[in-house]
Amino acid sequence: MSGRVATPLRLHRQLNEIWASGRGVKRLAAVNHSVIGTRFMITALIFFGIGGLLAMLIRAQLATSRSAFIGPDLYNQVFTMHGTIMMFLFAIPMFEGMAIYLLPKLLGTRDLAFPRLGAFGYWCYLFGGAILIAAMLAGAAPDSGWFMYTPLSSSAFTPGVNADVWLLGITFVEISAVTAAVELVVSILKIRAPGMSLNRMPIFGWYVLVTAGMMVLGFPPLILGSILLELERAFDLPFFDTARGGDALLWQHLFWLFGHPEVYIIFLPAAGAVSTILPVFAQRELTGYRAVVVALVALAFLSFGLWVHHMFAVGIPHMALAFFSAASAAVTIPTAVQIFAWIATLAHGRPRFDIPMLWIFGFLFVFILGGLTGVMLAMVPFNWQAHDTQFVTAHLHYVLVGGFIFPLVAALYYWLPHIRGRVPAFRLSMPAFWLVFIGFNVTFFMMHLTGLRGMPRRVGTYPVEAGWDWLNLISSIGGFILTMGFALIVVDVFLQVRYGRRFRRNPWKARTLEWAQPIPPPAYNFASLPWITRRADTLEPASIGPELAAGHGYLGFARNGWMETLGVDITSGRMEHVIVLPRQTYLPFWTALAVAAFVLSFLFSYYWFSLLPLGIAFILLLCWTRVTGLDRDNGPVVIGREEIAPLHYETHRPPSWWGMIIALIADAAFYGSLVFSPLFLWLTAPAWPPSQTLKSGMVVPALLVATLAAAPLCARRAVALNAKSRSPVLWLAATAILQFASLILLVILMRTGLPAPTVHAYNATSFALLAYSVLHTFLAAVFSLFGLWRVWAGYVSARRSLDLRIATPLHDYTAITGFAGIGLVLLLPTLITAGEAFR
Amino acid sequence: MTVAARLRRRPLAYLASLTILSGCTGPLSALDPAGPAAASTATLWWIMFSGAAVLSLLMAVLVALAFLKPGIASLWSARSWIIYGGLVMPGAVLSALLIAALVLGERMIARPLEQPPLKVAAQARQWTWSFAYPDSRRATLSVNVLHIPAGEPVDVTVTTTDVIHSFWVPRLGGKIDAIPGHRNVVRLQADRPGVYGGVCAEFCGAGHSAMPFTVLAHEPEEFAAIMAGAIEEARR
Repeated sequence: MSGRVATPLRLHRQLNEIWASGRGVKRLAAVNHSVIGTRFMITALIFFGIGGLLAMLIRAQLATSRSAFIGPDLYNQVFTMHGTIMMFLFAIPMFEGMAIYLLPKLLGTRDLAFPRLGAFGYWCYLFGGAILIAAMLAGAAPDSGWFMYTPLSSSAFTPGVNADVWLLGITFVEISAVTAAVELVVSILKIRAPGMSLNRMPIFGWYVLVTAGMMVLGFPPLILGSILLELERAFDLPFFDTARGGDALLWQHLFWLFGHPEVYIIFLPAAGAVSTILPVFAQRELTGYRAVVVALVALAFLSFGLWVHHMFAVGIPHMALAFFSAASAAVTIPTAVQIFAWIATLAHGRPRFDIPMLWIFGFLFVFILGGLTGVMLAMVPFNWQAHDTQFVTAHLHYVLVGGFIFPLVAALYYWLPHIRGRVPAFRLSMPAFWLVFIGFNVTFFMMHLTGLRGMPRRVGTYPVEAGWDWLNLISSIGGFILTMGFALIVVDVFLQVRYGRRFRRNPWKARTLEWAQPIPPPAYNFASLPWITRRADTLEPASIGPELAAGHGYLGFARNGWMETLGVDITSGRMEHVIVLPRQTYLPFWTALAVAAFVLSFLFSYYWFSLLPLGIAFILLLCWTRVTGLDRDNGPVVIGREEIAPLHYETHRPPSWWGMIIALIADAAFYGSLVFSPLFLWLTAPAWPPSQTLKSGMVVPALLVATLAAAPLCARRAVALNAKSRSPVLWLAATAILQFASLILLVILMRTGLPAPTVHAYNATSFALLAYSVLHTFLAAVFSLFGLWRVWAGYVSARRSLDLRIATPLHDYTAITGFAGIGLVLLLPTLITAGEAFR
Repeated sequence: MTVAARLRRRPLAYLASLTILSGCTGPLSALDPAGPAAASTATLWWIMFSGAAVLSLLMAVLVALAFLKPGIASLWSARSWIIYGGLVMPGAVLSALLIAALVLGERMIARPLEQPPLKVAAQARQWTWSFAYPDSRRATLSVNVLHIPAGEPVDVTVTTTDVIHSFWVPRLGGKIDAIPGHRNVVRLQADRPGVYGGVCAEFCGAGHSAMPFTVLAHEPEEFAAIMAGAIEEARR
């Protein structure tokens, strides 16, 4: 079946036939990571252009005092959209695109774990971003700031559709962030070249792993906050309304619990690019590899413990602030470890200069200044002065432009030859750098002083007496120089892509796997997969490349038209199984379109109608499973190099199982934030205790606990029977019935015991907790029915048991969160009473 | 002539006269402090600014050394670069800074005093400030002008009737947010009588840019007179 390998060219034709994405309309069916990654990056760059134009409008408005260029209503939309676009539609998707494009190439594999999920994420991003831009062109863009503080963003003060555009559009885009995060984590853990243990992984892999892990935990609080605020706006559930037991501070906690890790989510991948590129020009591998990995993990932990430094002025006790102040200062240490690892790499190498290095120097200069002002802002007394002034605007641009844009341009110049197979013919990159570098510092350096001289953020006009005119004029002039620099980069990139000089392989003499590929890279990446025996940033692409192209590695053949790659053990990188990836399909496109229809109907308040596209999206998602699986036992297959391996359908824990686990971790972060909400409100919101609480009796809760507990036990019994080649049907059916019974009992509890959710935040949060369990029992039941269908259709056997086992974590999770939710809802009234007595 | 009278006669000229063309001064400049809280924060700033200047220069030298003269830079092992540069140096600098900031912050917060300070109430709404004086015998109220006595601490209780605002008088001290349902207190003190500008620092909608207010610090006797009934006149 494998066929003898003839020539590299014939192998290329065979693999290309299988892997290449179609042209024309068929392009919509593409799932290949190179295509999806490139799409993400190009779309993100277009949004960067739009965000940049908005920045120009801001600088034009602020150039002089009492400016009448744009009025406050428009100005508020402009700066809100500038921040929103740069954060959500540029920086994060740019990282996703870069990681999706590069990772399989660096890790020596053919694609990521869930190609269709990647495609789906892209369409969600594109449609969500398009909704925001369309709203802006229609003059109905969000105007409450990119941070959307309630109550300004609540329906009382933003009655129009503006805030809904943000909440729905951004949540839609965030689907792509979460799907990309899950996909990246699982891919890094499970899909690498055989022999690439975690400590041999190129350092960029570690950066993306940590970043994606942070996204798994960091985005759910924002998504929860957005859903709660949209529920408040659409259905009057008072999560943030002070008069009814809500609190505006709940929004701030949820937002910054996401918002601060977000900053590191943006910075880390860029630092990863530096850690990859700088050693190439130092002509030695990165020193302190382990120290850098430890620093990354430390940074990730710390970044979840310092969100309150955005809230130093909200009235939190000073000693509590001191803790967050110390944590904010402490992030300097892992960052300094990285910077000194880079310096040591240069010191112990034979550094040479090229354009990417120029941008890395720019990065170091700008980013270190941003880090220093960051330490200043972490000091509580200084923060009380500088918070919400132009000083912070300056600081955050130093950190984000310094920490993301400069390394990104370095990465662009470094990998552009790889993407397009051409090296630059002209040297426009040099003047472009100086325009950007000088323009940037002229814009933002003096802005620190503007802030200390009292100019708040987000003001569109200021009085001449304030004495900020000359400072702002300098900033505005710098802004236009900066823009010219970016325009010159665009021209330079166009010239390189169009007229650059062609080359064979590895122009930088890099020692990572992507340079062992044919260039520009083919859709299947490697004609055969490498095996790794040392750290994967010390390889010899010049010798590996031809060997892999000749098919001497793993899987150097075409089989059954399957898209095959290898799965490995998480830590050791030992070869485990062959992964058969799903082929090109339009399903992600249609599914995302259905979700877009849901978002739009919700946006225009057709709430009942919106259930229709939501249902269609759900059914389409179920259709994704139709092409996966095997209807008979296959046994191990030949993988080349005289080895055999089982197919992933027939192994214990293939990537899809890990996908479920990582998705549930994201879900748990979401649920944790939801549980936090009533507890936080109880302790800090003014209008507590509520006048009415849940009245349920004990019968319904007792029955609920029983059905919730029984379902995962039945599911386990089904898995056990299946393992002994006996029919799991009855137990699966029992699982589904118990889960539907839990669902009905939950609805009964909500309908009979819970007072109206619009009356008080206690009712609203209880409602949300129970609704969460309703949704999960429904999902779990669908998974049980799915298992039944797969058994009936012959896709399940003792050996092919994944379709049953993959649901086990979900069943357990549903039961556990069900207990927690019911427990909290039932216990909170007692806690409140006890708390009142204590007071 | 009293401050109030000067402000009444030529308000813009008076404010402008405060705007000295030097870089750091200005009617709203936190670097032109006029009270103890703002003064110690400004001192903290100058210390941090000098430290940051030294550190960024040092970093520039180290990067240049590593790139241009790797022979010299490689005298230190990679391990010592990372340990001394990445752990020891920031660890030492940050510990010192954190302790200093903590002590400073503790001195600035509105902790109870033996002689309870004067209380005033600032209430924000889109887009004006109104100030009440619960300690005064007459129920007095002023809009966009806050009267305080100079030379003694004043506790300002900040609330809002609608969205979030932030009360900030840069020359006297740090800002505090006005959050629905919450009462926050900031302690300010003006060392000398004078006019001190204030702004809303938290984005609060269409009128955010135009929500300034003024703090008038008076000699104690003058303040007492205003509290006794002259406030209407002062506002006009």
